[in-house]
Amino acid sequence: MTRLLLQFLRSLRQSFQDLLPIVLVIGFFQLVVLRQPVPRLGEILAGGLMVLVGLSLFVQGLRLALFPLGEDMAYGFVRKGNLSLLLLFTFTLGFGTTVAEPALIAIANEASVVAARGGMIEDSEPARSAYAGGLRLVVALAVGVALLVGVIRILKGWPVQYLIIGGYVGVVVMTSFAPPEIIGIAYDSGGVTTSTVTVPLVAALGIGLASSIRGRDPLVDGFGLIAFASLTPMIFVMAYGMLI
Amino acid sequence: MDELMHFGHTTLGLLRDVLPIAGILIGFQVLVLRRRLANPARIGFGLVLVLVGLALFLEGLELALFPLGRLMAAQLTAPSFLFGAETGPVTGYAWSDYFWVYAFAAAIGFATTVAEPALIAVSLKANQVSGGTITVNGLRFAVAIGAALGVTLGTVRIVSGIPLHGFIMTGYVIVIIQTALAPRAIIPLAYDSGGVTTSTVTVPVVAALGLGLAESIPGRSPLLDGFGMIALTALFPIVSVMAYAQISEWRTRRVRKTQSRSEDRLNQR
Repeated sequence: MTRLLLQFLRSLRQSFQDLLPIVLVIGFFQLVVLRQPVPRLGEILAGGLMVLVGLSLFVQGLRLALFPLGEDMAYGFVRKGNLSLLLLFTFTLGFGTTVAEPALIAIANEASVVAARGGMIEDSEPARSAYAGGLRLVVALAVGVALLVGVIRILKGWPVQYLIIGGYVGVVVMTSFAPPEIIGIAYDSGGVTTSTVTVPLVAALGIGLASSIRGRDPLVDGFGLIAFASLTPMIFVMAYGMLI
Repeated sequence: MDELMHFGHTTLGLLRDVLPIAGILIGFQVLVLRRRLANPARIGFGLVLVLVGLALFLEGLELALFPLGRLMAAQLTAPSFLFGAETGPVTGYAWSDYFWVYAFAAAIGFATTVAEPALIAVSLKANQVSGGTITVNGLRFAVAIGAALGVTLGTVRIVSGIPLHGFIMTGYVIVIIQTALAPRAIIPLAYDSGGVTTSTVTVPVVAALGLGLAESIPGRSPLLDGFGMIALTALFPIVSVMAYAQISEWRTRRVRKTQSRSEDRLNQR
């Protein structure tokens, strides 16, 4: 218990260092450049304290739960030796964690407004929400496929760069065919898919797989899953924009 | 009381976000793998920490950083700040008028990336897997420099009106060239660092900056030009992480070369 508390205090200090740059940047620009007082200082201090404690608790939980869980599942699947179950799991994980992602919901709603203004869909509430829902499904599908391909790549030991550069070529080709209104949204959708809970799990899964298969190096083969998950949504969303 | 209600709301929202993940994990663990978890109490406790920690973190950001970030983005891009209070409607401007916007973009891009929990997670793993060769803070600073560059280019793009895909494709060309030259072991990690950067802290602040800028500049539409900031913020950390590895490799090689040269000299004596 004392050990846990000590660890928490240490992580609290680390979190303070992590958040210090934000405080400095905001303080400098607000006070020196804009020459404005900081509004609602009490609320901001309370919020800052919550961010500090929250970050420390999260990092503790990461070590206690998310990392071991992801690695444990990877070992379990390798020991079981059933490829199709592993692939089913990775697809479900990618799809399930993305479809309800709040950042994605926000961007999908904005995208539906853009599409309605651009005349791609009818400017009415049902048409917009159907468009946004479809977009979310497409992005979730893209992340599911990305993790699927990423896991196959770890099992086969393919070098990550050929697949990624191939994906870049796909993005470039799609950009020249997709309607211009969708391009900005498509590019941004790649960045928002990887949430704070998913990233540690997926990283631990990849590293767990790479370290339990003989001949794979955890550093070279274990990373790369997140990269796929932020690349495929761009291609899939542009395809969605072309179809609708 | 209102605060408490709001916090409960955030926790509930997060629970809805985490429950599918927990459902998938537990479902596969129990039904497919048919294994008991090694240490269920510890993992359960850790999951509670993750949930409570993230809820506090998000709630605190909502209370402190996001409103202030939005306000500052609006103030910095306002014509009255950029051109002085007495000027009328802005008709012509030079891209260099926006110096403080670029400076803010770089600084806030760097700072929010350093605080990004997902990046902390990946850096911890990279440090462990590389046996300490990749340091947690070294990787995070390398990623943060890339993110700063990406956010700044995003603002330059909105001000100058150059199409987004021009920047993205130039970025791709740089990444491909670096991939051929950089140490092989860093490549997957560098690619991953792009997606990791744009997460909980960075996205809302950067998106607010882009939207504020697109709204205040004549001839830009927030709906069309406000997008693309996140894409650039996710692309340039790939470049900076590979550059970091290339620079450290180059430095070790140079140290080794001077060492072997001085050894040669010793041997000659």
